[in-house]
Amino acid sequence: MKTTYMNPYLAGFLLGLTLLATIVITGRGLGASGAIKSAVVATVSTIAPTHAHESTFYSENLKSLHDNPLKAWLVFEVLGVIIGGFLSGVVSDRLNFVTERGPRITNSMRLGFALIGGLLFGMGAQFARGCTSGAALSGMAVLSTGGIITMMAIFGTGYAVAYFVRKLWI
Amino acid sequence: MFPLVPNLISDELNLIVALVIGIAFGFILEQAGFSSSKKLAGVFYGYDFTVLRVFFTAGVTAMSGVIILGYLGWLDIDFVYINPTFLQAAILGGVIMGFGFIIGGYCPGTSITGMAIGKIDAMFFVGGGLIGVFAYAEMYPWFEGITNASALGNIRIFNSIGISQGLFALILIAVAVGAFMMTTMIEKKVNPEGPAKSFNTTHHRLAGVGILLVGIALLFLPDYKERLFNKISNEEFLRAHSVKEMTTDELAFRIIDKDPKLTIIDVRSQNEFAAMALPGSINIEQKQIFQKEFSEVLGQRHKKKVFVGNNENEERIAALIARELGYENIHVLCNGLPSFMSAIIRLQPVTNQCSFANISSENLQQHIINVDAQQAIDTERFRTKASITLAAMIKVAKNSMAKPTKLVKKVAGGC
Repeated sequence: MKTTYMNPYLAGFLLGLTLLATIVITGRGLGASGAIKSAVVATVSTIAPTHAHESTFYSENLKSLHDNPLKAWLVFEVLGVIIGGFLSGVVSDRLNFVTERGPRITNSMRLGFALIGGLLFGMGAQFARGCTSGAALSGMAVLSTGGIITMMAIFGTGYAVAYFVRKLWI
Repeated sequence: MFPLVPNLISDELNLIVALVIGIAFGFILEQAGFSSSKKLAGVFYGYDFTVLRVFFTAGVTAMSGVIILGYLGWLDIDFVYINPTFLQAAILGGVIMGFGFIIGGYCPGTSITGMAIGKIDAMFFVGGGLIGVFAYAEMYPWFEGITNASALGNIRIFNSIGISQGLFALILIAVAVGAFMMTTMIEKKVNPEGPAKSFNTTHHRLAGVGILLVGIALLFLPDYKERLFNKISNEEFLRAHSVKEMTTDELAFRIIDKDPKLTIIDVRSQNEFAAMALPGSINIEQKQIFQKEFSEVLGQRHKKKVFVGNNENEERIAALIARELGYENIHVLCNGLPSFMSAIIRLQPVTNQCSFANISSENLQQHIINVDAQQAIDTERFRTKASITLAAMIKVAKNSMAKPTKLVKKVAGGC
C-alpha cells in the first residue's frame, strides 16, 4: 500500500499552531505519556487501593489528579488523539491491522522490541516529567531549559545508539 | 489577556477543550506519517527525516507564536506552564527515552496514533509504556532521589545560557533551517525515493528565508511587561507623566483617621515589607502589579490607592505601570516611605514638598500653603501626636501581619 503523507513542514506548522492554541487557551502544552500514567494510577488504585495509598508515587499522583486519574486533561486529550488519528486513517485510507518492521527481523521480534521500547519510554518519561510531546515539544515552545535538555538527550541518544541496533530497521 | 483557563474556562469545559485539541493533534500526527514506526525511525538512519521536519517546524512555530503574543501583551507567560527543570532527571529520562525511541520505533504520542489506525507494533509499544510506568511506580523509592535532584524551578533556556529570548529564538530558527537543508541533502543521497523527492525546491527555499526573517524579527520583540517596564522607567517618560501625590502628613492623617477610602499599596520587596510596613498596607511588588490576583485591590475606583516605596522614583514607576494597565485613582507618597518614617516616627523636620521635579499646579498650590508659618506649627503639633499613634499602630499591625494575597489557581501541566 503506497500512501501519501502531508508535506512535513505544513504538518509541522499546523501542529505548531495546535500547540500554540493549546498554550493560549489552557496555559499548558500538549502531552501523551501523562495519560498512560493516569491509566496506570487508575488501574492500581482500583485493584489495590491499600497499596496505592501506601506508595508515595501513587498517592502523590492521586492527589494531583484530585483522586480521579481518568478525569485528567491529558486523558481527554489522548482520547482525542485516538479519535483524530482514526479519522485521519479513514480519510487517507490507512486503516489496517499490520506490524511494521525492518526487513531483517521477524514480526514477533518487532513486537518484542516495540514492547521493550515502550517500557523504556514509559520509565524515561517519569524521570523527565514528560515525553517527546510534553517535555521536548511543549518545552521547546515555552523555551523551558529542562524540556530542551530532554529533547537533546532523546535525539542525541537515538543517534548514538542507532548504529548498534540498525538490524531492527535497515 | 490569555491564557483563558485559570480564570475564564471552567474545569469541565477545559476537558472538552482537551478532547478537541487532542483530535487536532492526533489527526495532524497521523497525516504527517507519525503513525508509522518505520517512518519515525528513518530520522536516525537518514532515509526519512520527517520527524525532524515536523518536530522542529512545530516547535519553532509555537515558540514564535508565544513570543509574538507575549510581545503584544495578549499572552501572560507567567500563567503558562513552564516545564520545571530537574537537571539529572531531564538528562537520564531523555537518555532512557532515546533508547526507547530507537528500539521501539515510536514515542508515546505517535504510538497512540499508530494504535488508532491498527498498527499492532504500536499497540505493543503502548502496552510496554503502561508496564514501564508501573515498573517506575513500584521502584519509585529507589528513583525518587534522582528524579527530584537539582530542582532548578521553571527556568527558561535563554536565562540559563544568559542571552535574550529573541536571540535564542533566532539561533534556534537558524539551526532548524540549517538542519532542514542538510537533512534534505542527506536524505536525497541515502534514499532517492524518500519524501524529499516530492519537495518543491523554490517553495521550500522561500519558506526557509521567510522563517529566518521571522527569526530576525523575534530578535527585537521583548516581552510585553519588560517592554512596558523599560518604557516607563525611562527618565524622560517619568518626567513627562505626572502622578497624583500625597504628602507625608496627609497620609499620616488618613491612616490615623482610619480612612475607609484609603488603600496603601507597598511596592517594596516582600522582605522589606515583612520587616516594617504601614498599618493596613498591602504588599504588591513592582513586578506583581501585572498579576490578575491584584486586580481586585487595584481596581477599586472609589478608593485612593497610595503607592509607597523606598523612594519616589520606585513609587512612580509602579504607579505608571498600574495606570498603563487601566487602574485609576493612583497616588504616590511624597519622597517615599523612609522620608515618611523619619518625619512621623523620628520627628525629623521633613518638607511636604515632593522631591520630584515635575510639580503640577495643583500640588504647587499646596506647597505654597505649607510654607505658611502657622501651618508649620500645626504640622509639628500634628506630627508629634501622629508619631505616638502611628508607632503603636505599626507595632500592632506587625503582629497580625500576613501577606493578604488570594491563592491564585496556577495552570497545572506536565506530561
